[in-house]
Amino acid sequence: MEVVLSHLGAFAGAMRTTAELALASFAGALLIGVLIASFRVSPVAPLRAAGTFYVETFRNIPPLVLLVLFYFGFTKIGILYSEFVSAVIVMAVYTGSFIAEAVRSGINTVARGQAEAARAIGLTFPQSLILVILPQALRSVVPAIGSLFSALLRNVSLASVIAVHELAWLSVRLIADTGRPFEILGGTAAAYLMMTLPTGYVFGVIERRTAIKR
Amino acid sequence: MRKSRISLLALLVALAMVAAACGPSEPEAEESPTEAAESKEAPQFAAGSTMDTIQKRGNVIVGTKFDQPLFGQRNPITDEIEGFDVEMAKIIAQGIFGGTLEEAAEKVDFVETPTPVREANIQQGSVDFIVATYTINDTRKQVVDFAGPYYVAGQDIMVKVDDDSINGVEDLNGKKVCSVQGSTSIANVVAEAPQADISISFDTYSRCAEALRDGRVEAVTTDNTILVGLIREDGGATFKLVGQTFTTEPYGVGIKKGDDAFRDFLNDKIDESYEDGSWEAAFERTVGTAGIETPEPPSVDRYASSGASPGATTTGATSTTAPATTTTN
Repeated sequence: MEVVLSHLGAFAGAMRTTAELALASFAGALLIGVLIASFRVSPVAPLRAAGTFYVETFRNIPPLVLLVLFYFGFTKIGILYSEFVSAVIVMAVYTGSFIAEAVRSGINTVARGQAEAARAIGLTFPQSLILVILPQALRSVVPAIGSLFSALLRNVSLASVIAVHELAWLSVRLIADTGRPFEILGGTAAAYLMMTLPTGYVFGVIERRTAIKR
Repeated sequence: MRKSRISLLALLVALAMVAAACGPSEPEAEESPTEAAESKEAPQFAAGSTMDTIQKRGNVIVGTKFDQPLFGQRNPITDEIEGFDVEMAKIIAQGIFGGTLEEAAEKVDFVETPTPVREANIQQGSVDFIVATYTINDTRKQVVDFAGPYYVAGQDIMVKVDDDSINGVEDLNGKKVCSVQGSTSIANVVAEAPQADISISFDTYSRCAEALRDGRVEAVTTDNTILVGLIREDGGATFKLVGQTFTTEPYGVGIKKGDDAFRDFLNDKIDESYEDGSWEAAFERTVGTAGIETPEPPSVDRYASSGASPGATTTGATSTTAPATTTTN
């Protein structure tokens, strides 16, 4: 226990890195997810195909493979980003495919009459999507997106393999330094809980605030 | 289903035949013929000595590593163990059995001895001696004895071939340096170059090599024996060794504690290999293939025995040098 307490500063720094990594990736994933979901319901066939291709590709490759491929592999074609930025890009692209599916399922819950009414008053497809469909769709998928964020927060631990100094990376270093794997991993688990549990609460609040009375 | 299994089997057999046909290309053919073909008389040893026992048995059992590139590594195609440690074992075998180096090599049986089991293998007598990137140190000297060193490894720095800015460990200050997470290599860098940026570390050295290739770090540091393996894997076109070691890892031949007659014999053989050029030739055809210049051979350390184990004769002890320190270079 004192091993963990004597490294509290390091744990705090790593928690901050984990949080920054998760939040930055999540912002990117939301943008990607909404964009790809709109592709998938678009009336334009090539856009639908592109959306399907994106989701099926990135949802079905392990994020660890994506990380190593992007960080070590894409440098060979001239793409070189720092460890942190590489991790943000990969986690946003990966999580974005799941968010796209969640948003699409939300769009499917919006009654057909809403889209027809929007068209009847002369809105274009983008207008009806942004002004009518998405606001209703997103409300219904807040719980799904909440659990995706929680998964993301834990998935960013994979960034330790490309030397991002987040919690999992710190735990490996501290175990090597102290030779006390049990205490260090216990501290790491506690640090993750300290971040994931409040997340669940925050999304619960958002869910209640945005619920539609039907 | 059955049919597809049979055709799969046929395919495997065919593949195996192809592999066998193009497998055993003989790299040994280009050896310098002079000393390799030189045949030696089988020497006479005092009855009951370890050398005599091995000679009468007709084969020598040598422990080495099977996974250490350039020192002791199994060739996946020929199944032979290859490397500098292996060549040293053959030179010693030639000293026991006489004949040519090739003839002696046939009488060497290699046993895999990874780091954690080396002392136990020596103490149990399941090997006659061990050449396995085995660092001589005082802790180990309490349980086994060492002939040699026949090579001094140490922590070195690997940089890109066109990098002239790093010529020693002090030049790492202010540079990005990669090593394996939590390794002693990192601790050594922190001690020797406190301003070095060690923020990038991975779980394997090959990832550090990738990061160096991509320009994410400016240097990779760990034992030179590992670095030369990385340089050779890459073909020697991208990376080079700085060649300034800042730690000392003298590699010795491990034998049973107290067998001073055998230790003297091994030290003599190592000294002879320095003089007749066979050490240099062995180095050049193994570690040298990674573009590493042949160093000056280290002088062997004939340290005074610190207590014989029961049953070993001490009459043959001819240790002349002062009590040993592990630093020999």
